[in-house]
Amino acid sequence: MTALTPATDTAIDDTPAERLRWALKDCWTIVLQEFMHLVRQPSTFAWQLGMPVMMVLMFVYVFGSAMDVTGQGAGEGYIDYAMPGLFAMTMAFGFMNTAFEVTLKKEKGFMDRFRSMPMSSSAVVTGRGIADIIHAAIDLTIIAALALIIGWRSGGSLVATLAAFGLLLWLRLALIFVGVFLGLRLKNSEAAGSLFAVAFPIGFISSVFAPPEMMPGWLGAIAAWNPVSSTANAIRELFATPGAGQGEAQYWIDGHALAGAIAWPALLMVIFIPLAIRQFQNLSR
Amino acid sequence: MASFDMAVRTTGLTKRYSNTLALDKVDLAVPAGTVHGLLGPNGAGKTTAVRILTTLTRLDEGRAQVAGLDVGTQARQVRRHIGLTGQQTAVDDLLTARQNLTMFGRLFRLDKTAARRRADELLEMFSLTEAASRVPKTFSGGMRRRLDLAASMILAPQVLFLDEPTTGLDPAGRREVWQAVRDLAGRGATVLLTTHYLDEADQLCDRISLIDDGRNLIEDTPAGLKRRIGDEHLEVTVSDPSDLPRLSEVIRRLTGAEPSVAESAGTVSAAVSDGVTSLTAVAAEVRDHQIEIADIVLRRPTLDEAFLRLTSDRPAPRKEALR
Repeated sequence: MTALTPATDTAIDDTPAERLRWALKDCWTIVLQEFMHLVRQPSTFAWQLGMPVMMVLMFVYVFGSAMDVTGQGAGEGYIDYAMPGLFAMTMAFGFMNTAFEVTLKKEKGFMDRFRSMPMSSSAVVTGRGIADIIHAAIDLTIIAALALIIGWRSGGSLVATLAAFGLLLWLRLALIFVGVFLGLRLKNSEAAGSLFAVAFPIGFISSVFAPPEMMPGWLGAIAAWNPVSSTANAIRELFATPGAGQGEAQYWIDGHALAGAIAWPALLMVIFIPLAIRQFQNLSR
Repeated sequence: MASFDMAVRTTGLTKRYSNTLALDKVDLAVPAGTVHGLLGPNGAGKTTAVRILTTLTRLDEGRAQVAGLDVGTQARQVRRHIGLTGQQTAVDDLLTARQNLTMFGRLFRLDKTAARRRADELLEMFSLTEAASRVPKTFSGGMRRRLDLAASMILAPQVLFLDEPTTGLDPAGRREVWQAVRDLAGRGATVLLTTHYLDEADQLCDRISLIDDGRNLIEDTPAGLKRRIGDEHLEVTVSDPSDLPRLSEVIRRLTGAEPSVAESAGTVSAAVSDGVTSLTAVAAEVRDHQIEIADIVLRRPTLDEAFLRLTSDRPAPRKEALR
């Protein structure tokens, strides 16, 4: 029998400043891990971008010619209308990626291993979040490049254009917490895969592809108040899309797209950050 | 700071999940430097016990100490002294073996150089140096598990928890992992492992705690446990069921034990203390009596038989998944 003496825990980081420093360091280690994944498996981008890219091509070339959203005839200016919508939808669907990755971490035992280690436990989630934001920025860059190739241009100033992309990432940021909450809540990655059934209507019943004013009244109201619509409409204004933000808004929120694009994600965060934290703490039940 | 003899000690450890008692006043005492097995069927509470001891799950009642530290109030300190290899192999399939260990090293708060050095040491220790630059996707089950073990050894923990370390591995993989665990024990680590394989506990452990339905049944050495479970069984199967009475007479005479007869299977079995001697004697005798036999085997009681025997004073276990 060997008698052991507990090591004196001089290295234990108990001052708040030390803990914060380690939380940031651990977070960065996780971000690097996620990056390595992207480098090792670039096909991840292909999978996650497949859907929005297909949508761009389909709506601009297949349905686009029949769409009359400007009142100037079918196909006129549709690419300018649809592109901002597609940017917003790509961000909106991002919550599924986050949820999926979180369930995968749980399933593979990573969550347990990390939580049994002396690392900062919040890093598991914050690292995921930062990696997701960077990932989203890369997604946006790729889709924007595609949009430029097929003839889309931002009519706004450089500052306005950058602000538009900022709003898109703001929406994605809020959805990270939704994704983390769902990922912690769901049993496995299979369940996370079926989130598509929820994401689809949220993406489509919005102003992404068609103005809510053209939908039946009740549906139009839902679509107009959809957070994705606010972001889509706000960036249309920032991109100076012809017709955006002008004329009489049928729904109050339509006239306040910018405010909505800032407030909706903030509201989502107010709701889902505490939920995600509670769900994380529930892991030790 | 006081020294301690017990690397793991629990008293009255209790855990409830809504209405079921996952753990019901479990007492454990694992002396430092020993390998201790938690043996029991699926759902016995083994994993719950490990989760509590590794600070993943809160306990409801009782006390649990690891390395002399309380898992409830000193969880953060406990984490510096333990390693966990859970049921899933928690290695990143897209990072190489070395990158995996370096990443975990960084999360264990080693600086870059120290993390790299430790990664190389561990690769060497677990015979993975050759595979250091490969991704675990290409590994065999045993190699993956060894990498997983290596990842839980970054800080050379005082207590290592292995939750079903060989489940799902082929025989070669199991042997690899067993060897790795023996090596760790040889270096003085305390190991607490869960398993539902009797032979695994037998191979690796100094002492075994048998648990079922969240309760301690027995704690003993592997040899002691086997003694309690009983001897080997000689099992003879006849081709013609009409030979059964004659066969059981032969077996009774030669072994001195009361044989039990399974009519439908055409099998007679009896507990024997000197397995091989009895087997040869019976084999010779049945030939002389011209009883045609289809099969003759010696076997140890399976874990379910052992459980039934050891728990015969309790209602039969409600779990069907005994193995």
